[in-house]
Amino acid sequence: MKKHYSPLLKICLAIFLFAATGAPGQNEITIRPELTVLGSTKPIPVSLDGFSGEVADVLKFDLYVQGFSFVAPDAAQYQISGTAAGSVQGRVVDRIAKSTILSHSYTGASLRRQAHTFADDIVQAITHKKGIAQTQIAFKAQSTSTGNGEIYVADFDGHNAQSITHDDTIVAAPAWVPGRLAVYYTSYKRGNPDIFYHNLGTGQRRVIAGYSGLNTSAAVSPDGSKVAMILSRSGSPNVWVCNADGTDLKRLTTSSEDSSPCWSPDGQWICFATKIAERRVLAKVPAGGGAMQPIPTPGAPNPTEPDWSPDGKWIAFTSQTAEFDICVVPASGGAPTVLVAGEDPSWSPNSRTLIFTRRSVGRYTLSVLDVFTKQVKDVARISSSDSQPAWAR
Amino acid sequence: MKMMKLTYLLAFALTITLADTGCRNHRPVKVTQIPGSPSGQVGELGPGGTMAQGGQIGGGSTANLEDFEGMGADRAALASYTVHFAYDSAVVKKSEKANVQSVADALGRDASTKLLIEGHCDERGTEEYNRSLGERRALALRQALAKIGVDPSRIRTISYGKDKPADPGHDESAWSKNRRGEFVLLHPKSGS
Repeated sequence: MKKHYSPLLKICLAIFLFAATGAPGQNEITIRPELTVLGSTKPIPVSLDGFSGEVADVLKFDLYVQGFSFVAPDAAQYQISGTAAGSVQGRVVDRIAKSTILSHSYTGASLRRQAHTFADDIVQAITHKKGIAQTQIAFKAQSTSTGNGEIYVADFDGHNAQSITHDDTIVAAPAWVPGRLAVYYTSYKRGNPDIFYHNLGTGQRRVIAGYSGLNTSAAVSPDGSKVAMILSRSGSPNVWVCNADGTDLKRLTTSSEDSSPCWSPDGQWICFATKIAERRVLAKVPAGGGAMQPIPTPGAPNPTEPDWSPDGKWIAFTSQTAEFDICVVPASGGAPTVLVAGEDPSWSPNSRTLIFTRRSVGRYTLSVLDVFTKQVKDVARISSSDSQPAWAR
Repeated sequence: MKMMKLTYLLAFALTITLADTGCRNHRPVKVTQIPGSPSGQVGELGPGGTMAQGGQIGGGSTANLEDFEGMGADRAALASYTVHFAYDSAVVKKSEKANVQSVADALGRDASTKLLIEGHCDERGTEEYNRSLGERRALALRQALAKIGVDPSRIRTISYGKDKPADPGHDESAWSKNRRGEFVLLHPKSGS
């Protein structure tokens, strides 16, 4: 590219140089090493003062599951203070740099909503990354007595949950259309496990896969144009792909047993659980068709339920030994990190947090996990068993 | 590309510098107005802030299912021939072959009947893995029946994964009962 400095750039440069040199000693720049090691990163110590009730609860939940710990003000790296009287008002002081890095008030909607927005602003101000406090999830809420359930959509912390189905049948595997208010899920409403598309704006829905046998585990491509899924119409459960409306169906795998497809964020690959030479493994196949390649997970046996992180770096999955563990492996292969006991992980849009299920005597609870600090909190419960979470992204 | 990045960096630095100075001297509190009603949901939702519940279902008829519509299900007829499986296996064991033969005999006695095979799992696998495993069990039983002369087009399979345990317990005694394939005899409904 030809070097050509625009006038605007020259002005910016001039002001920048002036600001950088003309204000000596005002701000000592401390470069803190950012320790982000999967599962063993220290949380960022903050203090929280002045908030009460629901606002305090929301801030504590949102910050804890994004890698913050709560300490006394004089031990905090960042001091968060404010009020929840009438509306949320808050500020964040960097105690080391001795500067206010955020000062903001919020009006409208609900106190809960204001608190989530403040939490996102805190995360942005401290980590310079987009937070997850205003994101949503879909999941399956099941009665443990009948096996029937409904698909729900809720805030990521389980609050404001709404059932989007009222079919009183077996449901499974909700999946969001990226960036859209629409989901796919499996429903036995017609007497067979079929895959439904459901527009959450209009309520319109249609069957996109209702073939003989199993139709399940829809996963939508990053651009929303394709759906990968498991069909058994050819005699074994395999990965198939079709257009968003169900047309142009194509079989991608011919192995004896496949489950839980997910997409790479570049839309090039579909990762899934399968069996090669009598061993259960993760594998990937080109989305347009081609040879299957194993993704080794040494030390994490019987992998299922893979989910590729939106930043492309990781694949989270469930490893089964006597119990189940949430593991993360580099997408290009390598040693997996075992994080916590649990199943069925789904990545947050910012690739830092997982929502997953914890099992106890046949019931599932949804939990949120910060993959760097391993800080975990259960989300609000809806039914006797909440499972198969899918994070909207 | 590099130029673009540099421009952004400098613009960012400028913003930070100005913002920092502003906060320092005047502490203005910026206000964010959040749209939506007090009970409203997060997200860009329709009127009232609620998600639209699913309505009628359009599209995608199931060719295979249509052949089985209008049939009446008799769960009792073949209930004693339920086939059980080993842990994490879809192999029909030799000890279960007599049950499979009995089902074939029942279908052989009345050519108007059809068969639904339900594949089930114990609770130990993950959910969608088990949904695949249940289907593999049902398909293995369909194959076993085809081998001894039953027309596979008379047979429909369905997997319930671990959603419908026969025994709600959480021990090996319950699990061994739950790893199963159940046979449901389908009759044409009288009058049709």
